[in-house]
Amino acid sequence: MSLIDVQEVVKAYDGGDGLVTALGGVNLQVEEGEFLAMLGPSGSGKSTLLSIFGGINPPTSGRVLIDDIDVYQLSAEQRADFRSEYLGFVFQQFQLIPYLTAIENVMLPLAITDRSNREQREMAKGVLEKVGLGNKLDRLPNQLSGGEQERVAIARAIVNRPPILFADEPTGALDTKTGEEIMDLFKALNKEGQTIIMVTHNLEALKHVGRAIFIRDGLLEKTESFNEGVS
Amino acid sequence: MRLTGIALNNLQRRKGKTLFLVLGMLIGIATIVTLFTITKSMEEEVGNKFDQIGANMLVVPKSDDLALSYGGVSVSDTAVAAKQLSMTDMDKMRAIKNKENVSIIAPKLLGAVDAGGNKTLAIGVRFISELRMKKWWKIHTDARNPGQVLARPGTLVMQENDLLLGSEAAVRLNKKPGDTIKVAGQDYLVKGVLGSLGSEEDGAVIMDIGRLQTILGKPGAVSLFELSALCNTCPIEQIVAQISEKLPYARAVAVKEAVEARKLVVERFSAFALAISAVILLIGSMVVLLTMMSSVNERTREIGIFRAIGFRKSHVMQIIFTEALVVSFLGGVLGYILGTLAAKLTAPMIAQMDLVINWQAQIGAGSLGLALLVGVAASAFPAWQASRLDPAEALRFI
Repeated sequence: MSLIDVQEVVKAYDGGDGLVTALGGVNLQVEEGEFLAMLGPSGSGKSTLLSIFGGINPPTSGRVLIDDIDVYQLSAEQRADFRSEYLGFVFQQFQLIPYLTAIENVMLPLAITDRSNREQREMAKGVLEKVGLGNKLDRLPNQLSGGEQERVAIARAIVNRPPILFADEPTGALDTKTGEEIMDLFKALNKEGQTIIMVTHNLEALKHVGRAIFIRDGLLEKTESFNEGVS
Repeated sequence: MRLTGIALNNLQRRKGKTLFLVLGMLIGIATIVTLFTITKSMEEEVGNKFDQIGANMLVVPKSDDLALSYGGVSVSDTAVAAKQLSMTDMDKMRAIKNKENVSIIAPKLLGAVDAGGNKTLAIGVRFISELRMKKWWKIHTDARNPGQVLARPGTLVMQENDLLLGSEAAVRLNKKPGDTIKVAGQDYLVKGVLGSLGSEEDGAVIMDIGRLQTILGKPGAVSLFELSALCNTCPIEQIVAQISEKLPYARAVAVKEAVEARKLVVERFSAFALAISAVILLIGSMVVLLTMMSSVNERTREIGIFRAIGFRKSHVMQIIFTEALVVSFLGGVLGYILGTLAAKLTAPMIAQMDLVINWQAQIGAGSLGLALLVGVAASAFPAWQASRLDPAEALRFI
């Protein structure tokens, strides 16, 4: 049984001049511990697919099963609980909360759990040290570089130890060297067993992933698998 | 970190917006507190005036024959009254159900006497109760210093053969404090002269009621009683009814004094203050509503992130409400402090009265409660709006 099983997912929305089909019937399975990249040109539907995986964008038709749970059969509030338990998100442009420090941003997913303040702080500190920001816990986002902000965003996504990590263009706003460092971080997480699904249009990222799917015009164009990534 | 921590951090690090929100609430609450405090103090002052004015009631014998009048109220001719009032009626009045509300009973006997060779109106009183009741009397006791009056008439000690002269009587009889005067053949010491009152006392000799009863040959007789009730909330009409029941041969009359007019002014001011407060409350609510709505709009992406990482709608609402409650709490407490200080400064000017404004815990609690209520009510819609934000739309996934 696959960890993620996407069946015949269609997403259409009203574009003003009629219905626009963003995804035209996508089927995809993702195994536990896999590092999957979704590539395609702008507007191809890759970010839409990621948001459907992530339980925040109901498809027009089709099913998304994660750990055998039919995500869109859950109520909106049940889906919120599901996201909290199963999924971690690294959004485009980091999307850190500007008035919270690095450690507070990382503690955010824990704020709605029963964990004590102390436990939350220790967990957040642990992951920030893991991403190399143990000395910048109390910095506000605007006091951090782009690469550091990305690391905080990754730390926030994994602090709850979710089975699946989604990343939307994680290196899009970074220079090449910093982007490379971030990809190394993802690779290291994946080696620890973290399932990662990443949207990117950066072909350089392929050398770190196990499989890549190419999307064009809302359809799965091709799939490529790599044993140890592409060098 | 808890949801409260997120809300507090937002308020703390967005100081400008927080300050604006607190100021909006503060100004509204402070204005309401100022108006309310002044109105309340005015009402209390009018209440005190009722107490100070002395008589709220007259008790006179029942009779159709209207021959004498006192204090603008007609008093029956004691000679033809069906039954004369007497000093023993005081005990009966002290036995009514609302006896605790009756603070002073001042008996009076009216009659014409020969004073210094002139036929003069004599008012027989019990000085001890009369001087306590007539706190506004200006009594000149020092002939060498006519501008000086007794600060507290109640402190003047009167003997049986002391008397007071009304201002006109003193002029007519050519007497000043310290002089002696012959009344019905007996010498009396003029202990003091009253300042002009514009009433019957001006032309009268005010003397001990026992002495006047003897002079007039009416032992124990009383022409009327003046009664003073303790507070403005006293059930005057009930007291009147109870006295009428105890003294069926007497007529009890509630006296409408000048304070009634002042009370009317206060009531109108209260209504005006209430209307202004309602408008201010509405404006305050709108300020909070619009600021919170703009805050929600500004934070669309942020709320989208909260929702995407698993925050429930109720969690988002909790953050917005916490922010509103903190702002309202600050606005309420500071508004109460500022409003009371403003009332202390502006009360004499606004009310045209010598008001005493005190810190009142009740008003403090009320203003805090009001601020919290307005804050929560005005944030309800923005909070609901925030909780309904679609995370996919907020994060522009669509």
